[in-house]
This record gives sequence, structure tokens and C-alpha cells, in this order.
Amino acid sequence: MASDREIKRRIRSIKNIAQVTKAMEAVSASKMRRAQQQVLATRPYAQKAQEVLNFLAYLPQNKRFLHPLLQERPIERAMIILITADRGLAGGFNTHIIRHAVHFSETLNKPTTWVTVGRKGRDFMARYGYPIVAEFTQLGDKPTSLDIAPIARVATDEFVGERVDAVYVCYTDFVNVLRQVPVTKQLLPIEPLKPEVKWSPDYIFEPDPETILDLILYRFVELQILQAVYESIASEHAARMVAMRNATDAAMDLIDELTLSYNKARQERITREIIDIAGGAEALRQALEQ
Amino acid sequence: METLRLEIVTPERLALSEDVRSVTLPGVSGMMTILPRHAPLMTLLNPGEVLIRHPDGEEVAYAVGGGVAEVRPDKVVILADAAEREDEIDIARAEAARQRAERLLKEGVPPEQRRELELTLRKAYARLRVARRRRRRPGLQPRTTEEEGEQF
Repeated sequence: MASDREIKRRIRSIKNIAQVTKAMEAVSASKMRRAQQQVLATRPYAQKAQEVLNFLAYLPQNKRFLHPLLQERPIERAMIILITADRGLAGGFNTHIIRHAVHFSETLNKPTTWVTVGRKGRDFMARYGYPIVAEFTQLGDKPTSLDIAPIARVATDEFVGERVDAVYVCYTDFVNVLRQVPVTKQLLPIEPLKPEVKWSPDYIFEPDPETILDLILYRFVELQILQAVYESIASEHAARMVAMRNATDAAMDLIDELTLSYNKARQERITREIIDIAGGAEALRQALEQ
Repeated sequence: METLRLEIVTPERLALSEDVRSVTLPGVSGMMTILPRHAPLMTLLNPGEVLIRHPDGEEVAYAVGGGVAEVRPDKVVILADAAEREDEIDIARAEAARQRAERLLKEGVPPEQRRELELTLRKAYARLRVARRRRRRPGLQPRTTEEEGEQF
């Protein structure tokens, strides 16, 4: 049995750890809320861009001319954009998304190149020798479309240059605080949906529908990556928040247990001392009597 | 008074959603003012100034960094790469961007980079023009809208 002084020291150090994890939980909670708002804020643009894209892609004159980003080819080579966090201490967050992405590339069973967003994904891919075309780290907690543009550029260049026939993005979808799901989305080629909204056929276009479609398509790719990054950031903080809460709870349990041992050890020491004293007094009394 | 709904959206936020009297857009084929009941139109936008007239006669300008505008008889939606209201613009930053782009252009760069720099320069010009417009009318109070606050 450890001495009570030793136990006391451990309790103190665990209390410190609990304080740190509690603070990290609070920080993650506020960052997560912010990231959730970011996700929501992209919706109006996404909705409108999709609407315009569908409309333009299904225009009779645009159906004849197939934009390079819409071209479907048999998939010989693929590219995966893997979105992870820069940091750990977020439970299984990074492991899950990396495992999901690797599994996805195995089911594709085609030569795959990788673009990593986030340090953890890059470290893993580099360590196991996966071919990395480009890596992006340190995007921070509030990247803008300007930060995303270079990622989109890599994807569209590789696709238009026919070095890959499909581009996927693997990220962690934020469902709620307790649930974040790794998902894969096809980024390229873009598959326009049939327009739902009834559009007037006599639209005026300036300069022409092809040029507008071209811009919208490139913006759409950027937007999808931006959304995936925002979802991933929200998920990362949610995962870290839960991990830190668990750590705090575990620390509290440990403190309770150690406090019990401490009290026992202290009681034992006191009892032992009393026995010593009582024993000493008894011995003295007997010595005096003789 | 007849109005039309104007929405300015960027990838990061809904920058504006209001009923306005008219809106002037920096279209690729020139500035155009849209009034209610305009014919359906879709146009690319240059980096420039979007000028909004409210029903009460007040004018507000936004600097946009290019994009697409979709015009319907009762509604205008601007899909902008970036949009800042005149009082949100950081003049010092815009000025720094302008000087940097001008200097690099003067020093000479490869053609593909040149096009990008020219675009940056035009965006900086647009922001400066819009910001200075506000400064010339010091009596105006900054307007507040629901999406005030969070700047990305």
C-alpha cells in the first residue's frame, strides 16, 4: 500500500489534469458551435448555385457542349481528398476518417492519388507510402473560400488534365454532438440534377450560358470542399469535446477512488500509531509494576 | 412603391436579403440598373460596386469580387465570390493589396499569374472605391442588418 503522502500527490496531479481537460472541453464546445454556424451559413449559396447549375447544364445549347468538369469517363485512376484535423486528442476522430478513406480506396480498387487536408491525414499517408499529390495544413478553425481555392484548383487541374477520372472527398459529416459519420462524396465529375424549379425559357445571358456555367462549376467545386471542411471542423471539435468530457469524468472517478485509498491509508497510519503508543504505554506500565 | 427582393450570397454567408427599389450591378458588359419587373437575365459580374437604393431613398454600396447575378421580375440573387458592405471594408488592407498587386505587375510576372494579379487589382480598386464613397458622406450612420457581427 502506497503511503498516504504519495496518494495525496497523485490526487493533486489528477485534479490538475481534470482542470485542463475541462477547459479543453469548454473551448471545443464553443469552437464547435461556431463551426456549426459556418456550416449553416454556406447553405443559401449552395442551394442557389446548385439550382443555377442544374438549369444551365440542362439548357439545350449546353447539352451539346459538354463542359470538361461534367465529363464522365470510365474510372481508371481516382483521386481522394482526405480531410482530417491538424491535431489529435479528439478520440477516434482522425483514425475513423483515415480508416474509412483507405477502405474506400480499396473498394475502388484503382490506382489512387491523395490530397490531404490536415496534418494527421498527411502524416498517416506519408508514413505508409501512399502517393500524395498535394497537402494542405494549418487551415485553422475558420477557413474562407480563398483558403479552399488552391485545393479545388488541384482537383480540377488533375481531372481536366485527365490524370484522374474521378475525384472523391472523404470527410467527417457532423450529425450531432454525439454522432459524426465518415462519408465519401463524389466531387468530380459533377453530376447535375434535373432542374426542379420551372425556369423561363427566354432568359437573357451575358455573355453566354457556357461562360456562366463554367464559372458556376468551378465555384461549385470550391463550395463543396468548403462545406466538407466546415463539417469536418465541427465534427473534430464535437469529438474532442466528448473525448475531453470522458477524460474529465475518468479523472473524477480516479480522484474518488484515490481519496478512498487515501482515507484508508491515513486511518491505517493513525491506528498503527495509536497501537504503537498504546503498546508503548502498556510496556512502560508493566515495567513499572515489576 | 414597387420593390424587388435582393439577396447577396457568398460561400461563407448570406450577406444581404432585403426589399429594394433598384440595384445597380457591375455586369461584364457594363453597369446595369435593375428595376422591378425586369426581364429574366443571368449575367457574370466583374469585381466592382453593387449600388442599392432602398424604398426610403437611402443608398448603400457593396463591393463584390465577381460572381453571377440572376435576375427575375421580382427577385435578384447575386452569387458573389466575396461581398462587403461599404462600412465593413478594411481600407488599409485593400490599399495594401492594391500596392502589392501594382508593384508585382510593374516588376513583370508570367502571363497566367498576370491575369490573376489584374483580377486582384480590380478587386482592390472596387473595395477602395466603395469604401471611399462612405467616407465622403460622414453624416451617415452605419446601417445594421440581421447578419451583423460575425466577419469571416
